[in-house]
Amino acid sequence: MIARVFVARDSCAISVGADSVARAIAVEAFRRGQAVEIVRTGSRGLLWLEPLVEVQTPDGRAAYGPVGAQDVTELFDGDFLHGGRHRLGHGLTDQIPYLARQQRRTFARMGLIDPLRLDDYLQHGGYVALRQALTMGPGAAVQALMESGLRGRGGAAFPTGIKWKTVLEQQSATKYVVCNADEGDSGTFSDRMIMEGDPFVLIEGMTIAGVSVGATQGYIYLRSEYPYAEATLARAIETARAAGYLGADLVGSGQRFDLELRRGAGAYICGEETSLLESLEGKRGMVRFRPPLPALQGLFGKPTLVNNVITLASVPMIFAQGAQAYRDFGLGRSRGTLPFQLAGNIRHGGLVEIAFGLTLRELLYEFGGGSASGRPIRAVQVGGPLGAYVPESQFDTALDYEAFAAMGAMIGHGGIVAFDDTADLAQMARFAMEFCAIESCGKCTPCRIGSTRAVEVIDRVRARQDVAANVALLRDLCETMTEGSLCGLGGMAPAPVLSVLNHFPEDFGLVPTSAARSA
Amino acid sequence: MAPDAAVAAAIALHADRPGGLLPLLHEIQDRLGYVPTHCVPIVAKAMRLSIAEVHGVIGFYHHFRRSPPGRHVLRICLAEACQSMGSRELLEHARKLAGVDLHGTSADGALTLEPVYCLGNCACSPAVMVDKELVGRVDAGRLTDIVEHCRSRT
Repeated sequence: MIARVFVARDSCAISVGADSVARAIAVEAFRRGQAVEIVRTGSRGLLWLEPLVEVQTPDGRAAYGPVGAQDVTELFDGDFLHGGRHRLGHGLTDQIPYLARQQRRTFARMGLIDPLRLDDYLQHGGYVALRQALTMGPGAAVQALMESGLRGRGGAAFPTGIKWKTVLEQQSATKYVVCNADEGDSGTFSDRMIMEGDPFVLIEGMTIAGVSVGATQGYIYLRSEYPYAEATLARAIETARAAGYLGADLVGSGQRFDLELRRGAGAYICGEETSLLESLEGKRGMVRFRPPLPALQGLFGKPTLVNNVITLASVPMIFAQGAQAYRDFGLGRSRGTLPFQLAGNIRHGGLVEIAFGLTLRELLYEFGGGSASGRPIRAVQVGGPLGAYVPESQFDTALDYEAFAAMGAMIGHGGIVAFDDTADLAQMARFAMEFCAIESCGKCTPCRIGSTRAVEVIDRVRARQDVAANVALLRDLCETMTEGSLCGLGGMAPAPVLSVLNHFPEDFGLVPTSAARSA
Repeated sequence: MAPDAAVAAAIALHADRPGGLLPLLHEIQDRLGYVPTHCVPIVAKAMRLSIAEVHGVIGFYHHFRRSPPGRHVLRICLAEACQSMGSRELLEHARKLAGVDLHGTSADGALTLEPVYCLGNCACSPAVMVDKELVGRVDAGRLTDIVEHCRSRT
């Protein structure tokens, strides 16, 4: 019997040696005369175990990791092809607590299939949802999405169904669906994993979006920092088109939808949807005034649905399993699951898809296993570079959009970056403004000038110059940026700064107040 | 490929696409490694844009270069997750090894050093990208190997 071995082709796995491990397994199998089929899958998301090698056994897949090319001979000696015991072994993959405790919905196929084999996708429930959406018709499809409670997973958490309904109601011969794949937030990689590990789910989600809102053309705006995702998506789009899942006659329905992949050019601001549309039009990525909303006048002035990768990738599952099944997960107004991403100084970094309502502490310690350095976790930045630094005293807050907003933080795209007690958070506060200055589109003054001035004021505080007056000035400037900026970049860049001032004043050389300590 | 041929090919491929300027500039840079200044008026004419508009687009995006890079481009992630795992120290190490500052090219022309803000490899921080190859869990030793490897390759 041919042994089946699985090694991820996700760029994270490749970045720590998955390609050389796969090669070493092939070479060693040949040397020993053993028949082995090596399947390159997406990553399971247990990223600290990458390169993870899995082997099919009668009981399920057995996991070994992190495997280096130098370990391969020893793995063969230990009969890993039959699930033999080894110091790198973790038993059955599905029983690893990190994975077993998750609620994989959007990431249900992740790591199980060869991302570029359409047959694999179809065998795992692919394109059931598109047929269903085509049968339902646009009105019912949009209604179903509204009932699911899905909110935009890019960060803003706007109800997806309402966006779809708005675009559907526009009378226009031309409408567009745009996928925002400009995943620029540090600590986030769930979009990348979907595009590299299950690209057809995104293509199907966009196609459902197209037929539901009456758009015939879609664009994926992908950041240039993701060359691996670009290569995978480009091939997947070609495959889908060749098989009739894109083009003039979707699965024999007579309906048209096609898709084009466009590459960004290294501008963080293009994750903001109006800036992204400008960039797609071939211009500088300058933020647009709103109104009009992109749903009314978006790409090339036409009604445009702009959704994030995870939002669109969640759509097929919602249609296939029903809106209610999705709605049953979560709490309050945060329904369904979110793929959280554990990153930075964390022992078990990776992807954790789970219903809203878990606490940060559970994520950081029960999943994350504490810091990578072994030192106490002092702060976590949640929601990307514009998210607050959350102190340990708030680690018991439930992960819920509203609960985080209430404490001046945000869940955003679900990225969680851990810092240990050696971190200089005043330096990180400075970096937030430095980053804003580098990435500002320059259209509005609070963001363009304010960010540069904030860096200067922070430098003066850190140099102990006229501290009280400069802190007051910094807070005032933060208020101006928050209230006066045109978009979220200038509007939210103060959040990390204020969180450090409020929760970690000692890093600025300020005496912590008792209020801040107990906050 | 000769610069003019690359520009002509890029125009033929992309000038008529909706919003084709970015794909067109990417095509030029993918082929030449940078976007030569002398091609700006040619591109502007083909796209029916002003020269200023094309300059404006090239200048807006960090990805586009106006001068040729070294034989290899080493991009070090300086976003928060990588900073939490020591990417600032890694950058210092790279500066010393290559003898250049950020955006500079080493004297032997082997290496251009650039910052990048997130490579999406935040669970295996710190991360760097060598040309189009992503490398994770980078420490000083691995970075030294990378730089030496770049120097030995043409």
